[in-house]
Amino acid sequence: MLDYVKLVALGVIALLAAIAANYARDLAYMVNAVTIMLVAGGLFLWQVRRLGDDVRPAPALQSEYMDGVVRYGVVATAFWGVVGFLVAVFIAFQLAFPALNFDWAHGYLNFGRLRPLHTSAVIFAFGGNALIATSFYVVQRTSAARLWGGNLAWFVFWGYNLFIVLAASGYLLGATQSKEYAEPEWYVDLWLTVVWVAYLAVFLGTIIKRKEPHIYVANWFYLAFIVTVAMLHIFNNLSIPVSIFGSKSVQLFSGVQDAMVQWWYGHNAVGFFLTAGFLGMMYYFVPKQAERPVYSYKLSIVHFWALIFLYIWAGPHHLHYTALPDWAATLGMVFSIMLWMPSWGGMINGLMTLSGAWDKLRTDPIIRMMVVSIGFYGMSTFEGPMMSIRAVNSLSHYTDWTIGHVHSGALGWNGMITFGALYFLTPKLWNKERLYSLTLVSWHFWLATIGIVLYASAMWVSGIMEGLMWREVDANGFLVNAFADTVAAKFPMNVVRGIGGVLYLTGALIMCYNMWKTVTSAPERVTRATAVPAE
Amino acid sequence: METYSLLRSFADSWMLLVLTLFFVGVVFWAWRPGSRRAHEDAANAIFRHERKPAGDDWESASEEARK
Repeated sequence: MLDYVKLVALGVIALLAAIAANYARDLAYMVNAVTIMLVAGGLFLWQVRRLGDDVRPAPALQSEYMDGVVRYGVVATAFWGVVGFLVAVFIAFQLAFPALNFDWAHGYLNFGRLRPLHTSAVIFAFGGNALIATSFYVVQRTSAARLWGGNLAWFVFWGYNLFIVLAASGYLLGATQSKEYAEPEWYVDLWLTVVWVAYLAVFLGTIIKRKEPHIYVANWFYLAFIVTVAMLHIFNNLSIPVSIFGSKSVQLFSGVQDAMVQWWYGHNAVGFFLTAGFLGMMYYFVPKQAERPVYSYKLSIVHFWALIFLYIWAGPHHLHYTALPDWAATLGMVFSIMLWMPSWGGMINGLMTLSGAWDKLRTDPIIRMMVVSIGFYGMSTFEGPMMSIRAVNSLSHYTDWTIGHVHSGALGWNGMITFGALYFLTPKLWNKERLYSLTLVSWHFWLATIGIVLYASAMWVSGIMEGLMWREVDANGFLVNAFADTVAAKFPMNVVRGIGGVLYLTGALIMCYNMWKTVTSAPERVTRATAVPAE
Repeated sequence: METYSLLRSFADSWMLLVLTLFFVGVVFWAWRPGSRRAHEDAANAIFRHERKPAGDDWESASEEARK
């Protein structure tokens, strides 16, 4: 019966999408509608073909973990990572060599269109898939229970990736609501909301049916990430579509309220998506790889509460010297500075987990990756509060320093911890004894690390130079430099930044090769028949 | 009093107090006497059930200790 309901629903969706494509007022909307029509139509056919089969899937194997969806998530993470880094390298060189904004691709492949594609691909596609996959893996292991909701986890995975495809194709064709890191238009936002509610249900359902008495700290971080992102997403995307058949929408808030909501969202996307969620990864994968429990569980509890209590207030530091009232900007600045404490507490907790096992740094490149990642977490959470101070911000804002800061966090912390998790997961998920090659992991490690160093140092130099050039006045109070002067002056730094990106991308490609070879030709894990788990 | 001033004065008085007390409470709760065993048990949860979910008859060390 349920199969027929699904069939009807898919058919109706495909039909409505076809109608929407027909009445579409703009190209982006039409392409998105056609995508939905094809997906719904394809699922319809797939469902029809399965109708005859009487083979019911075995009543959910409660005695096994649901790892299929995690495997897909791992592959999607690696894939989107490479896509995001590739676009990154291209747009980095577009900034150095404007001729790469090809005339024949104007309006589609120029920097303005590709930049949101890059940020969304690395944050939401690479980072998001990593978070979904690892959270599904971790919540099962630490709850000693199979994922709740059966195939709902598959809906979350495919639904989320459909969201990414819709958003990405929309960007190239000009659908954007012009909110940084929240560019997707209203119908894509609605779809993400549906997927996210399903994600919350699967995650929370698994926690509720857990066999372990405790909710392990990693799950607290993951849950904070899921709940807060839901709240941020809804409030920042309150908008009214101009037409039901068009991608354009108008924001509900206006002026400085809109700016405040945007950066309340924007900074907490950093705080809860890129920090809390990835800290969940840290609190599971670092102790696992080091083979010893987290340094201090008490500290991890305080880390959690302090982080979520402070982060939510830090947003206004993005709006220094704007129409935002001074008290609000000061509030954001003060809370940003207070964030030093939990951030460094968490960093110390992660690093000290290795106490007594520091020798592993020499032998295990995966641990090395994780340690560097935690180091970058500490560095960028030191730099961030410093840049939020109003006086420092007057120099750093709108310059490349901000870009450098973001990337030392994103490439260093998020990227490296994700690579570490992927290297940890790949042999486990495909039942292999070990990775194909640790030498290749070392290569990846060094390429990525040198790439980040080139990137960050180039942006520091370029950013501080820009800040100083913009504020330089002559004896009569006139500005000395035109904007174009700074653009010309930072050319070498832009090239170095691009080269750093090439190194980072090369590392990621090596990782993909290593993962592929691990799955196809690393030795199988041998289970000794006599070994009985001690539980 | 208009809504803004009402919410504003509530936020920087009672709500601030409640949140601060909650946070201080969390810190004390983490260091409460006898929490060490529970925390050790929780911190080691990642080393159990690596390959299979727990069966229905499984009990953690801290649950057993409570009996």
